[in-house]
Amino acid sequence: MSNILELKNINKIYGTTVKTQVLYDINLGFKEGSFNSIIGQSGSGKSTLMNIMGTLDTPTSGDVVVDGVITSGMRASQLASYRNRSIGFVFQFHYLLPEFTALENVLMPYRIGHKTVPKETTDRAKELMKLVGLEKVMNNNATQMSGGQQQRTAIARALLNQPKMILADEPTGNLDSLSTGTIYDLLRDINERFGTTFIIITHDRKIAEKADRIIEITDGRINMDLMKNN
Amino acid sequence: MKLSYQIATRFLKSALTQTLIIILGIGIGVSVQIFIGSLIQGLQKSLVNTTIGNAAHVSVTDDDDGFIEDYEAVIRSAVDADDRIVAASPVLNASVLIEKDGESQSLLIRGFDLQKAEGIYEFSEYLDEGAMPKADGEVLLGVIARDNFELSVGDTISLITPDKRTVECTVSGFFDYKVAAPNESWCITTLPTVQAIFELDDVASAIEFQVDQDLVFEADAVAKNVSAAIASGSDTLVVGEWKEANEQLLSGLQGQSISSIMIQVFVMISVVLGIASVLAITVMQKSRQIGILKAMGIRNGSSSLIFLFQGLILGIFGAIAGVLLGLGLSFAFTTFALNPDGTPVVPLYIDPAFIALSAAIAVVACVVASLIPARKSSVLNPIDIIRNQ
Ligand SMILES: Nc1ncnc2c1ncn2[C@@H]1O[C@H](COP(=O)(O)OP(=O)(O)OP(=O)(O)O)[C@@H](O)[C@H]1O
Ligand SMILES: [Mg+2]
Repeated sequence: MSNILELKNINKIYGTTVKTQVLYDINLGFKEGSFNSIIGQSGSGKSTLMNIMGTLDTPTSGDVVVDGVITSGMRASQLASYRNRSIGFVFQFHYLLPEFTALENVLMPYRIGHKTVPKETTDRAKELMKLVGLEKVMNNNATQMSGGQQQRTAIARALLNQPKMILADEPTGNLDSLSTGTIYDLLRDINERFGTTFIIITHDRKIAEKADRIIEITDGRINMDLMKNN
Repeated sequence: MKLSYQIATRFLKSALTQTLIIILGIGIGVSVQIFIGSLIQGLQKSLVNTTIGNAAHVSVTDDDDGFIEDYEAVIRSAVDADDRIVAASPVLNASVLIEKDGESQSLLIRGFDLQKAEGIYEFSEYLDEGAMPKADGEVLLGVIARDNFELSVGDTISLITPDKRTVECTVSGFFDYKVAAPNESWCITTLPTVQAIFELDDVASAIEFQVDQDLVFEADAVAKNVSAAIASGSDTLVVGEWKEANEQLLSGLQGQSISSIMIQVFVMISVVLGIASVLAITVMQKSRQIGILKAMGIRNGSSSLIFLFQGLILGIFGAIAGVLLGLGLSFAFTTFALNPDGTPVVPLYIDPAFIALSAAIAVVACVVASLIPARKSSVLNPIDIIRNQ
């Protein structure tokens, strides 16, 4: 299968006067429909790498290629609609909109791309809320939910547009191991049913080991890239 | 569009106190604008009214012998020449002495075509007592003359002409123009009465014209048209108008208008600056949300639209609050700031068009003020938000 996302010779240097290089010559390709995990110590550059993969950040040098197109040549509006259609984000710090209810937050990616929300979409949003175990609190304001509930809402939101790729940064950081297990089973299930590509950053080795591929980042370099053959 | 609008309303609702304070701020600005505007306009109207309320806007006199013989023809051609003229009457003015019980006083006797002159002087409006002269030989006097000579309706008075003839007239009523000069010394009657007293033919000493209420400031243009229209008939006729006789008043009014506009402009500027800075702070407060929305793919245009909508919404509610406050203030002013006789100290002029304009300016100003935060929102880079958690 073809690569849905490719990173070519990515370097990232923060700062202009005091320069800190965070990523060194990263070359990675992700197969469509694969389930990948990225592990590494705190501060090793995982979030930085994910933001570059999600076209939110730009590398200091090197190319990000999505669907065969180099992103540095795309206009801001093209990137925005690419992100809206093709990527579901779960950020490390969950980032719901506090002015909206949980369900409205879940519907937000659809509303950004469409003028009206058909009933099927609302139903799917409710279904997703049920899948992450939040059907009881879906009309709560985002601020009236626990950290774990907010995180699960963010996962439902990332799934709503049925994107080709989900980028998740510590999506279960606030969850107990039982819920974590349930969520990963859910993500795995979606991966198998819809062929959605997953790239998940996690601290949890046990979780990482459930993925098809484990990439370990150490001090901005790829230290290990383990592909399971199944 | 719809999403931007909904996000805008949610943002405003989520900081309701702040929103209400901004609306109040805009409202106070607009209300001050409306109040000052209405006050100045009312002041000017009442000044202009006292000046020309009982005087003709445009008049034609004869430079040669002081008499106009074919006044009907002059009226016709003048009225045809300018449709801003709403009333016209010949008048024959002369001086007489009124004498009673050895006391005497000079009067300006003014003979009109009473029906036509009603359009200029509104006699019946200012009639204090009695009735309009119905037959020749009947006159109206002012209330001050009435008190001075202890007269009542139906009395006969003796008028002495400059050539020492005495003529008797009947007082049919008294008028009160609320201004001393006419109340003391005008004697209003029909044109034939004055012609008879002075043994004149069918002549007038002047023709007086009234211009449409809302166009009194165009009296000079009307005078020019009238002048051109009657030039062919005679070259001794001269046209005058109220503005040239009241230049000082006019420049005073103009100064007043300019300072009123200045006040309004500065009030608006301070409102705009206030809103712009508050909205700019809102962008900072909401930068997290804008960042998430942008990461999820909202366009820069839509993200700036959020703040334009906020400006629009604040502007509309602010304008409504301002109109209500302004009208309330005006109402309070005209109800509580009264002269001893119960009339308002300054009669405000509530002009719906002016109020609508003030409200519209406020709304536009608020949208303009939101351009800066809209721009900020547009250039906000989501990575700055995502990275700095
Ligand atoms: N804006 C910045 N300017 C300078 N250095 C930065 C900036 N953002 C991140 N860094 C540095 O880049 C490195 C990588 O950060 P990153 O957030 O990618 O780490 P991480 O692997 O996601 O860590 P964690 O597991 O704690 O989330 C860190 O050493 C951090 O200090
Ligand atoms: Mg991180």
